Amino acid sequence: MSTHTQMTATTIRSSIVVDAPIDRAFRVFTEEFGAFKPASHNLLGVAIAETVFEPRVGGYLYDRGVDGSECRWARVLAYEPPDRVLISWDISPYWRLETDLEKTSEVEVRFIAETDKRTRVELEHRHLDRHGEGWEGLRDGVGGDEGWPLYLQRYADVIEKEG
Amino acid sequence: MWTALGDPTRKAIFELLLERPRAVVELAGEVPVSRPAVSQHLRVLKDVGLVIDQPSGTRRIYRAHPDGLATLHADLERFWGMTLANYKAVVERATEESE
Repeated sequence: MSTHTQMTATTIRSSIVVDAPIDRAFRVFTEEFGAFKPASHNLLGVAIAETVFEPRVGGYLYDRGVDGSECRWARVLAYEPPDRVLISWDISPYWRLETDLEKTSEVEVRFIAETDKRTRVELEHRHLDRHGEGWEGLRDGVGGDEGWPLYLQRYADVIEKEG
Repeated sequence: MWTALGDPTRKAIFELLLERPRAVVELAGEVPVSRPAVSQHLRVLKDVGLVIDQPSGTRRIYRAHPDGLATLHADLERFWGMTLANYKAVVERATEESE
């Protein structure tokens, strides 16, 4: 069981081959997303009761907590069974729900039949830099008057010392 | 990173640091846990690269790590690797059961 992942600056690509026909591969990915999403992925303050992937363009991926609270963390942008889904990623780099949709990235998942019983699933999480627009504000906030130049200089000093 | 922020106190500490850099003693005044516990949480946040610290006189000042893209990258790569591996297990179990 292995996944293959490669990175460029603003894109993550990951793929896996599963022993399942394409229809089932697509169905399980969408209908049972909550069954394989890592448990650590939770923006709610409580445990997740269920994760729902609404099977239509304009739908949401959301977690429902045991107390009934909900967190909609992705929008369904394309839904094309059994070949492709495209969702937004509405979570900021600092693990909060991103409400400014300009600052969200997207995840495309493609399903490709290798045989009747085997399917290749290719995932691409792209436009990560869109999240970055918020970092400038964050940087100003944390940098203050001391600013980045000083921080970067100290960082360079540390690297040199360790080198 | 997500596991690191899974703890409510740790998340609160991190959000305080997003507002502005602070020392341990200031953080301890804002969250309902002891100073050693705050230090413990800070160590976890530091280990995953969310927080950096630097000395300032006799104190250490903690701040949110500004290199968001690198952190996000590493984090999402881990997330999707784990998710697809879990997915493979689930979909192949479903396939076995149906045969």
